[in-house]
Amino acid sequence: MIEVKDVYFTYPNNVEALKGVSLTIRSGDFIAIMGQNGAGKTTLVKHFNGLLKPTKGTVVVDGVATREESIAKLSRKVGFVFQNPDNQLFCETVENEVAFALRNFGFEKKVIQKRVEWAINLLGLTRYRQTSPFMLSGGERKRVALASVLAWNPDVVILDEPTIGQDYLQKEKLRQFIVQLNAQGKTVIIVTHDVEFVAECNPHVVLMAQGKIVGEGDAKQILTDRKLVTEASIVPPQISQIFMELADFGLPTDVIDVYEARDILLEFLESGS
Amino acid sequence: MSVFEGFRFRRVFSPVHQLDPRVKFFYVCAVFVIAVMFNQLLPLILLFLIQLPFVLVAGIQREWIRSMRGASFLALMIFLFNFVFTYFYREYPKFPPSSSLLEYSLAMTLRFIVLVESFSIFFLTTSPDRLGLALEQSHVPYEFCFAFTTAVRFVPVLAEEAQTIMDAQKARGLELERGNFIKRIKNYIPILIPLIVSAIRRSLELAEAMESRAWGATDKRTNLYVLKIKRGDYVLAMISIGMLILAVYIWIFMREQIPSLIALITT
Repeated sequence: MIEVKDVYFTYPNNVEALKGVSLTIRSGDFIAIMGQNGAGKTTLVKHFNGLLKPTKGTVVVDGVATREESIAKLSRKVGFVFQNPDNQLFCETVENEVAFALRNFGFEKKVIQKRVEWAINLLGLTRYRQTSPFMLSGGERKRVALASVLAWNPDVVILDEPTIGQDYLQKEKLRQFIVQLNAQGKTVIIVTHDVEFVAECNPHVVLMAQGKIVGEGDAKQILTDRKLVTEASIVPPQISQIFMELADFGLPTDVIDVYEARDILLEFLESGS
Repeated sequence: MSVFEGFRFRRVFSPVHQLDPRVKFFYVCAVFVIAVMFNQLLPLILLFLIQLPFVLVAGIQREWIRSMRGASFLALMIFLFNFVFTYFYREYPKFPPSSSLLEYSLAMTLRFIVLVESFSIFFLTTSPDRLGLALEQSHVPYEFCFAFTTAVRFVPVLAEEAQTIMDAQKARGLELERGNFIKRIKNYIPILIPLIVSAIRRSLELAEAMESRAWGATDKRTNLYVLKIKRGDYVLAMISIGMLILAVYIWIFMREQIPSLIALITT
């Protein structure tokens, strides 16, 4: 459980990135933190594993304030997958890359071997075990980065912009994977401005703008709220745009799911004819 | 990476920022020459004070103080070395050390501080673009100018990237401040490799981007902005020349008569 209590954060260059953010994340939650560039999304999640410590206010992870805990200890619970895999890959082989964190956390050799095997299989990287991560494609590198975090089995997984630079198929796979992780009881937090992706995942949405949380609720409720969405400068998902246009026909305006939309439209057409 | 903050030029408009970099550089050189000419405390104090108005007019007090703070450790070392070694060399069995020795060591330290002061004023008030322009108009080959401005321009970018990489590796349980000396150096491998790889990748991308924008298509390049010597620049140049002439005059005719600070205070 992560509790953010009235957190302010100012960067050394005097940019105030968070202005009084409060948020509670229960274990097993699936949360998408959304908002435009510079809204403070990444700054906020960097507080969850102690990379940043609040200037004012507190962040409590499992009952311990992050200010009193080392990043390494917090990271054991809260895994953070960075946006750009190139910021972390440095080993000669994928296998070593995945084992790096496990060695840092002091796992036993046998356990490391098992975990590496498990994580590599999980992300379908088996045939690249001995390949250099630098030889892989962008999407594969992203998967290596993900595997290297999942390997130590953290309770909370944070994914920073997981969909950037991924083709549709990869995105779909990623979505299924995230949903599966969440179903296994992991707390999943994604930071993104990919509305379509969020509409398909249907998580709890936290909407940020200018260092503050401006809205929080179900994806359906937040993404179809015209006022909120405009305030946070994001565009509603295409399905909901269509339904906003069709409001004159007496159709509901809070639709983000493709299948739900299909049912509603079919019903409407049948009743009309 | 607060170390790199000093490199980050902030686009501010002040009379000092508007000055021609070439004239400003001439001024810095003049200060340099004068500082090296004298080893008495009094002229160096004057030289130190003369430059303070520049800092105030340019509005760079905060950055300037930060860079002075960065130089303070070195300044302290210079003072201690001068004091200790000169004491043993000249006055050893005598105790306590004479006041002239103290004044001499202070002067050496202040000479260093004056140099740092003038160079930091130059770099804090000159944008990399204008510096490149100045180089170009001083007939330095364009390739060199470009390499120079690009290098300056990418320092903060690289610093930011190093910070992100550090965060990413810390999030994977890397503890930089752990272990003995060798271990601590080894801890930096996971940071240096991604940093170097991305720097190389970035430079290749930059080269491609430049070629696709017709880099080197014509031999004779023209610039959108051209540096022109304005009235303020003439004033600064005159001040610099005046300072130099005065300094040379004093150095030749009155060098022996410069009073020590202590003598000045006691009379």
